[in-house]
Amino acid sequence: MTTQTTHRTPAGAAYAILDIAREQVLERGKGLNEAQLVEILQLPDEAIPAAMQLAHEVRLKHCGEDVEVEGIISIKTGGCPEDCHFCSQSGLFDSPVRGVWLDIPELVKAAKETAATGATEFCIVAAVRGPDIKLMNQIKFAIDRINEEVEINIACSLGMLNQRQVDQLAEWGVHRYNHNLETARSYFPEVVTTHSYEERLDTCNMVKAAGMELCCGALIGMGETLEQRAELAAQLAALEPHEVPLNFLNPRPGTPLENQGIMDGKDALRAIAAFRLAMPRTVLRYAGGRELTLGDLGTREGLLGGINAVIVGNYLTTLGRPATADLNLLVELNMPIKELQKTL
Amino acid sequence: MTAIGAMQAEYCGHCGGTVAGALFEDVVEDVVEDGTVIGGGTVRKGTNGERPTSHPHSTSDSHQGCQQRLAMEPPRYCAQCRRRMKVQVTPLGWSAECSRHGRVSR
Repeated sequence: MTTQTTHRTPAGAAYAILDIAREQVLERGKGLNEAQLVEILQLPDEAIPAAMQLAHEVRLKHCGEDVEVEGIISIKTGGCPEDCHFCSQSGLFDSPVRGVWLDIPELVKAAKETAATGATEFCIVAAVRGPDIKLMNQIKFAIDRINEEVEINIACSLGMLNQRQVDQLAEWGVHRYNHNLETARSYFPEVVTTHSYEERLDTCNMVKAAGMELCCGALIGMGETLEQRAELAAQLAALEPHEVPLNFLNPRPGTPLENQGIMDGKDALRAIAAFRLAMPRTVLRYAGGRELTLGDLGTREGLLGGINAVIVGNYLTTLGRPATADLNLLVELNMPIKELQKTL
Repeated sequence: MTAIGAMQAEYCGHCGGTVAGALFEDVVEDVVEDGTVIGGGTVRKGTNGERPTSHPHSTSDSHQGCQQRLAMEPPRYCAQCRRRMKVQVTPLGWSAECSRHGRVSR
């Protein structure tokens, strides 16, 4: 496995890249390029607060003060035929996660509970390579039932889609579709062998072309180098997704990455700043693994360092911070929750 | 948390290892559901439970790490029989169901 680059930029040079970023990103709204992002990721520890402050200013200027809150839920857990090495839901690994389907009444109940937190997004996720007819029918039924009873935007994450499925989801009113790049193109074959980076890009491009908002995320801390982390941020920026969920590896038992170790918290903060400076106008969401990598203090630092969206409560197979902890923190930081806007 | 029964836990909900030095001396047929082996093999005498794991933990004290993990994830193994449970996580809660010992939720 590739080892992570550990060298850090000398302090004097560190502040040079921050001066460049201030002029280029904050003033002109132009994201940093890959080489510049490497410099951000190599900042010395003492420069992290300045980088986070700048990322926060960029977020406030180009995205506003609102924070978007989302809940996610798995409609079909486990038994996935793909071999994403970080995922406990792959049926190819000796993971303790068992296959289970969620019934629609439980899904609607969860959507109601999520909306009651102030969340405006509810993402329905399935552990599949791509949806079959049974799953698509289930999704259509779920969307209709949720729309009857809950005021919330519905997003989906159902793996790779064909054009017909993209068109159907858009027609049914799916507001946003999640399909992550996960890691840099150059590192992808180390993490996934059952499908290609290009197949992921195909789905992302079809989603955008159909008029749905694209949510396309990253999972960092999988052994990629800092250069590959910068490469990923630049590749995401080129894709121009509406939202980027930023995940930190939570090594899962039974997966090939179970012994990878937890990412250093300071590296996570550098990554948050770098992703914001790469994508000044994108919704940058705190997603899985932040509790383990950053803890309570890091959650606060991230929200004051470029993050402008959170997944509230639990994830798909693991638990998050209590919803009230994040919601109270937003109140304390005087950050309003984004209000519901039906865009489709 | 709700649970069926109030028996003392014998297995770790996180790793499925024993928490009280249980003996493993019976061999039973694999328990298969949905095409997946979820139990069987060499199991504790008197049970028909989950496969024993190779987890190094053998006493309750050595499951402190597992207890910490269980603050951040739902249990995957039934505390009574170590069967793998069907677990559903929702934004504000979770439930875990053992086919033999029922449902636990929070």
